[in-house]
Amino acid sequence: MGPQTLYDKLWASHVVHAEDDGTTLIYIDRHLVHEVTSPQAYEGLKLAGRKVWRPGSVVATADHNTPTRNWDQGIADPTSRLQVDELDRNMKEYGAKAYFPFRDRNQGIVHVIGPELGVTLPGMTLVCGDSHTSTHGAFACLAQGIGTSEVEHVLATQCLVTKKSRNMLVLVEGQLGRGVTAKDLALAIIGRIGTAGGTGYAIEYAGAAVRALSMEGRMTLCNMSIEAGARCGMVAVDDTTINYLKGRRFAPKGDEWERATAVWRTLVSDDNAKFDRVLTIDAREVSPQVTWGTSPEMVLPVDARVPDPDKERDATKRDGIERALQYMALEPNMPLTAIKLDKVFIGSCTNSRIEDLRAAAGVVRGRRVASNVRLAMVVPGSGPVKEQAEREGLDRIFKDAGFEWREPGCSMCLGMNDDKLSPGERCASTSNRNFEGRQGPGGRTHLVSPEMAAAAAISGHFVDVRNWS
Amino acid sequence: MEKFTVHNGLVAPLDRANVDTDQIIPKQFLKSIKRTGFGPNLFDAWRYMDIGEPGMDNAKRPLKPDFVLNQPRYRGATILLARENFGCGSSREHAPWSLMDYGFRAVLAPSYGDIFFNNSFKNGFLPIRLAPSEVDRLFHDVAAFPGFRLVIDLAAQTVAYPDGTRAFRFEIDPFSKHCLLNGLDEIGLSLRHAEKIRAFEERRKAAHPWLFS
Repeated sequence: MGPQTLYDKLWASHVVHAEDDGTTLIYIDRHLVHEVTSPQAYEGLKLAGRKVWRPGSVVATADHNTPTRNWDQGIADPTSRLQVDELDRNMKEYGAKAYFPFRDRNQGIVHVIGPELGVTLPGMTLVCGDSHTSTHGAFACLAQGIGTSEVEHVLATQCLVTKKSRNMLVLVEGQLGRGVTAKDLALAIIGRIGTAGGTGYAIEYAGAAVRALSMEGRMTLCNMSIEAGARCGMVAVDDTTINYLKGRRFAPKGDEWERATAVWRTLVSDDNAKFDRVLTIDAREVSPQVTWGTSPEMVLPVDARVPDPDKERDATKRDGIERALQYMALEPNMPLTAIKLDKVFIGSCTNSRIEDLRAAAGVVRGRRVASNVRLAMVVPGSGPVKEQAEREGLDRIFKDAGFEWREPGCSMCLGMNDDKLSPGERCASTSNRNFEGRQGPGGRTHLVSPEMAAAAAISGHFVDVRNWS
Repeated sequence: MEKFTVHNGLVAPLDRANVDTDQIIPKQFLKSIKRTGFGPNLFDAWRYMDIGEPGMDNAKRPLKPDFVLNQPRYRGATILLARENFGCGSSREHAPWSLMDYGFRAVLAPSYGDIFFNNSFKNGFLPIRLAPSEVDRLFHDVAAFPGFRLVIDLAAQTVAYPDGTRAFRFEIDPFSKHCLLNGLDEIGLSLRHAEKIRAFEERRKAAHPWLFS
């Protein structure tokens, strides 16, 4: 066998059965479950009289519908409550390795709790009925989002029917500058290749700048792979990976830890492994990014101006720009730093981990949210992130500045709970999608890093955080 | 799953790229625990003047007259014509469920969001990839000829004009085609390999016990 990529290795080690046309049954090690995309899957099992193949592979939590305040009052919205109750029922009936229900101290966004509890481990295949499952690829997992029929399929068979993707290498050379984060890198990559640029590929992120990222940063980068069209993104194992996992609740211990780490060390692409596409990025050229439109590819460096549709020659693209500017209520050629904000959201599976909160708090410390910003909120990704932040006094820094400090969950990334934008409101958000209505019908979303969101909250408009003193 | 063999249907054009699943079915309608009933809220924000919420009587809501599906000539359309990267974004299978529930059986576009593409096949809904030039031609003809229909023949892998003047061939992987043509339950098919799955699992457990603890 010739040299293999990390993805090739992960794929080859999970093939159960392959058809002549490449349709393959791959074994799934870990199945993360949340309340929105699972009820119909469990119902399907019930109707067909099937059981869950390996309940021990399932780890579940409620995150999309859960409120971020007044937890003592439960879930007010009856339709949200129904979904969360349904998950409670399904967990009771079908079982799981671990379930963190609403108000459990470990409850949180499924893509935050998996890694922090050590239920995400290198070399795994990991699926979840959520497109941001690509997050877990930061641990050299083959991690991908699936639909509800596939959730049911994995529950019933412990396998996924799929075909192998092509290999793409995103090589990030040099080092990111001060004030430039993994989020900016992710957005810059999407700006370069477009939201369909990674379709059909498994992306491996490598190079000096990626090696230098913390696990939190790598998770942010892999999380956004789906916004580039790729079902999965991944980073090879190194000391950073192993140091992060040591001592985590569900990580192996003792002799098993030694055996496991020896296996994990092999989870790197071989020298001379062949990639179908290679994209090279110079980290030194990446600036803090701000999206101006209604797709993550509509993104520019903070010191740029809003695009002018008249300069676009492709008719479909020009229509897209015009439509986006109209929806976003922006004028062509205005500086991005002139965009004023109504709300600021720091949270989501992209940017709600402890490092994100520390970075945002560093910008906020000792200042006040601008008067034109009606609401600035911080939603930690999980119970443990919230506790850690409170131990470090980050909650005080945010609250003293005028931010609201909330309970964990998906919150205003998609506004399935009460946290949403009103029509016409404009938000600096650390989440992952700026689609029309994503944060609330008629809402206008600008995607940025936690530092950029924090600086925008203080200034009332976008600013270049590299100049923050 | 509903079979897909030959389908002759009215075509509706949705002329924009990167139509994401948040547009196909907005998040407030994902709170249902059923697979049906999403059709009235398909493209909700583009289709209605007001802001849609679950439980509304959709028949009484004011429509946006410019939106393509609200135009009388496209009433009863069962084939959607779209642009690049249709169905990008979230993994919500509610997207194909709502397209099916509305009455669509197929979509024609140059490219798709990967998860949406996969989800569609599991529901008897056929996403067809055509060349950009073919899609351009179809957008032209659907605008030019009221009542424009197409005939999709899955076995032959063709999209044809009913009068036989033009036909486009499309590719589909043989497994998905077989499942759609016969309306097969994929879980049942996979469980034929139950012994192989069990054997794989035992080997994996022996080599990587920490994954099973």
